Amino acid sequence: MSEITPDLVRHLASLSRILVTDEEVATLAGELNVIVDSIAIVTQAVKGDVLATSHPIPMANVFREDVVEPSLTQESALSAAPDSAEGRFRVAAILDEE
Amino acid sequence: MAKEALMPYEQAIEQFEVVIGLEVHVELNTKSKMFCGCANIFGNEPNTNVCPICIGLPGSLPAVNKKAVESSIAIGLALGCQIAPTGRFSRKNYFYPDLAKNFQTSQYDEPIASEGKINIELEDGVVFEVLIERAHMEEDAGKLTHIGGATGRIQGAEYSLVDYNRAGVPLVEIVTKPVYGAGARAPELAAAYVHAIREIVKSMNVSDARMERGNVRCDANVSIRPYGQTKLGTRTETKNVNSLRSVENAVRYEIQRQAHILANGGTITQETRHWHEDRGYTSAGRPKSDADDYRYFPEPDLVPVQPSLAWIEEIRATLPENPGLRRKRLMEAWGFAELEFRDVVNSDLLDQVEATVAAGAAPQAARKWWTGELARLANSQEVAVQDLSITPTQVAKIQQLIDSGELTDRMARDVVAGVLAGEGDPEAVIEKRGLKVVSDDGALIAAIDEALAKQPDVLEKIREGKVQAAGAVIGAVMQAMRGQVDAARVRELILERAK
Repeated sequence: MSEITPDLVRHLASLSRILVTDEEVATLAGELNVIVDSIAIVTQAVKGDVLATSHPIPMANVFREDVVEPSLTQESALSAAPDSAEGRFRVAAILDEE
Repeated sequence: MAKEALMPYEQAIEQFEVVIGLEVHVELNTKSKMFCGCANIFGNEPNTNVCPICIGLPGSLPAVNKKAVESSIAIGLALGCQIAPTGRFSRKNYFYPDLAKNFQTSQYDEPIASEGKINIELEDGVVFEVLIERAHMEEDAGKLTHIGGATGRIQGAEYSLVDYNRAGVPLVEIVTKPVYGAGARAPELAAAYVHAIREIVKSMNVSDARMERGNVRCDANVSIRPYGQTKLGTRTETKNVNSLRSVENAVRYEIQRQAHILANGGTITQETRHWHEDRGYTSAGRPKSDADDYRYFPEPDLVPVQPSLAWIEEIRATLPENPGLRRKRLMEAWGFAELEFRDVVNSDLLDQVEATVAAGAAPQAARKWWTGELARLANSQEVAVQDLSITPTQVAKIQQLIDSGELTDRMARDVVAGVLAGEGDPEAVIEKRGLKVVSDDGALIAAIDEALAKQPDVLEKIREGKVQAAGAVIGAVMQAMRGQVDAARVRELILERAK
């Protein structure tokens, strides 16, 4: 049994900026436990000779040359923003970092 | 928040062992960004170098800038690192508006370079070896401006404005292993290390390396522990200390602040801190997140980077000489006094003097031009001496004409003025301004005779042994010839007349 506690679920939710109710926390804790336990079982089957599958297609070194291409105009860059001012995106003040 | 209580520095060093760790971010000077083709330019109108990729619009796909990878490998090699045969990018997830994607594309468990070392020489010649843990590739974030509140600082801000021109600019983050044993010299070593990194990336031309523009930024980790304790003390990370002086001052401040807390039975909070250069203190930022909170995972939109040995060796072959070794070599070759050499180094004129010497000037003459007349002219025009429109070759040519007696010092300064005014090469300026040392003694002798006629007693005095009497006539002759003669030659001719 893994260690997904209600507090850990709340912490994950806050990192992901998702609002969760106490009921949802309880449900999610249960579901996440099942997922984590399942992964733990799969991990036991994996020996050192199994390659990571993050990039299963054998392909590497896909580069672009260092060439400048046209950018958006300031107007079009800002056109979908909820709010803007002085040519910049305007966002709520965020207090936990400078 | 104001300054906290500090323990006197000497006392802190006596009681505690200092351990530092440095993270230096180097912005690469590629033409385009790390993952898209937007221009990598400082100072443009906000949000004009942005595209769907660097502002994270749905469906956009990044592509790695080959030159940025090359520069990263070059930095790794210059720091004596191993280059990873394969490496992936990872997503570092966090919600903050400096990156619109809600993650930073970085490297986590597979950095491109690791396990290097670099020798750092302090001003008095003491050398410390600093071990490099890793150097990895990532992208820079956008620039936030906090509006409202008294000072424009984040405290009291009503809202923030975001410019994403810098978002996606390629960065290399260089991380040291913990540095032990520097003791009282830890602050100095920290600054010297950042200086060395800056010098290396600048010599390689992979970064503009201008600290005032944030091209090179340092986060300084500081912890202290009682002597004999094996466990490391809790560290703080002072962010974005953006000048060498700030690095030194911030490390010193943290040592004193932490020492005061520990000596009074307190505990250090693991946190990021902000350095306030104007008033010389650090203040608490956010509590340091665990790496787990970033939920790193492999970037699925980018394939691994697998530099071949051939490519790595090709890059290694392009590395310039290490700046520290180069200084040693040049100082020996030029035979300058230590102060003279330091003057050249501190004025950032090594390249100019070296090129001028290579073009045929004597080292001392080359030094005098660049740190003397040219520095003075640059200063009066309020430009950097490196930006003056005169080349080392032109300077060497002018010096050569002085050495051969074709120009006097005064005329040489005129030639320099002409070159700077855009009148062409020294030869063209000489031609245009009619600056030729008069080598036809006929005109000169006539001028001397005329001057002597006006001061008839001079020859008599010289004959009596008062050679200095010639001075008055030399002055008059120089004036008559508008400086275009060699004063030594005038003197010689006057003395001949007196025989």
